Amino acid sequence: MQGSVVYNLGFAAAVCVVCAVFVSSSAVSLRQRQDYNAAIDKQRNVLVVSGLAGDDEELTSEEVERRFANIQQVIINLETGNEVPDGDPLTFDQRRAAKDPATSRAAPPNAAQVIRLPNRALVYEVRDAQGRLQLHVLPVEGLGLWGMLYGFIALDPTIETVQALTFYEHKETPGLGGEVDNPRWKALWRGRRPFNDAFEPDLTVIRGRAGPPDEDPHRVDGLSGATVTSRGVTNLLEFWLGNDGFGPYLNRLRQERVTG
Amino acid sequence: MAANARQALMDPLFNNNPIALQVLGICSALAVTTQMDTAFVMSIAVISVTALSSLFVSMLRNQIPTNIRIIVQLTIIASLVIVTDQILKAYVFEISKQLTVFVGLIITNCIIMGRAEAYAMQNPPALSLIDGIGNGLGYGLILMVTAFVRELLGFGSLFNKQVLPLAVEGGWYTPNGLMVLSPSAFFIIGGLIWALRAWKPEQNEAE
Repeated sequence: MQGSVVYNLGFAAAVCVVCAVFVSSSAVSLRQRQDYNAAIDKQRNVLVVSGLAGDDEELTSEEVERRFANIQQVIINLETGNEVPDGDPLTFDQRRAAKDPATSRAAPPNAAQVIRLPNRALVYEVRDAQGRLQLHVLPVEGLGLWGMLYGFIALDPTIETVQALTFYEHKETPGLGGEVDNPRWKALWRGRRPFNDAFEPDLTVIRGRAGPPDEDPHRVDGLSGATVTSRGVTNLLEFWLGNDGFGPYLNRLRQERVTG
Repeated sequence: MAANARQALMDPLFNNNPIALQVLGICSALAVTTQMDTAFVMSIAVISVTALSSLFVSMLRNQIPTNIRIIVQLTIIASLVIVTDQILKAYVFEISKQLTVFVGLIITNCIIMGRAEAYAMQNPPALSLIDGIGNGLGYGLILMVTAFVRELLGFGSLFNKQVLPLAVEGGWYTPNGLMVLSPSAFFIIGGLIWALRAWKPEQNEAE
């Protein structure tokens, strides 16, 4: 009996069925918890870029939710910059949307090596307890040396200065390009001016040292030993603050400030 | 039985260590040992997978057809690894983010396949379970020692707690950048193998 073709096939089939049931039942039963973890993790990163949580601060999920309460999530149409009324920020996943051909389009060639652009994007409006707007937080991504850098940029309500830039996911070399998440380097971004007078993106990570923000508003210190990562950061900011990225949205915000 | 069990558990720690003597599982030992907490979670994951895969393979050892045994073992191992990965994502999300693909790559860790094929196929379930735990512990031991050296010298910290005050933050310690990069794990594991063989010369290969 053992060793016959029928036995082998039957045995293989039985092993497959048992393993498949085991794997899929665990995946299904843990799904909700994993999604919740991922959502909390993302909210925590928004809190960090907004200055509402420290870099290494350990927060319980309840604490993250509590601090996130004053942050409004807005889904916008990337091309027009207008708010999308029917979007649900709780279920919207921009990175998943960018992969699905139904909800994305091919990006024009760009130095940040963004391949697909989602039709919709999720942005955050950070408000204080009285509901006054404090910050705009936008997601950014682009190619570094080893892989994509994913992060957030926080702009003040006038959209004239950067408040913070953080990367929550990257594959850069620790100690070199990995210094993109070094708090001292990140602190250099505060107060820089991301746009020139014509509202074109104008922010460069240079080689060497830049001056303080009020004297040298459009440049930031390079990361030593990480030319490619530094250039990657320049490229991704240029792309996402430009017309293919959040340009239309930011223009709408500027106009609303002038007229409203 | 008791002596056998003891041998199955303790042998892989020093006498027959999967990394130091058999030189298996090196890939992940290089990748996940920059910090002790990731090395710890990786060790736990590998211990659970080797233990359970050896147990299940051993339970089925008299039923598994010889000519498809490798693929059957692999199916069992792969299922366990996927479930382990799912559990890590659900319960220790932060660390699972740092471990990235390396949990999935436990599937290709030769230690697990090696124990299933070399031990669990010939021995009863209880002994195989113990052998699996022992080999996982042997792997974990090397991982933790390597991670201890790398994190201490590379970051000045242990389990993310700063123990050597960094020069850039006003202390005296300048981190050694080499320790953060993979080659340092080669040096440390090489040093461990040397130390182990100096202590137990019977592990030296014959000239």
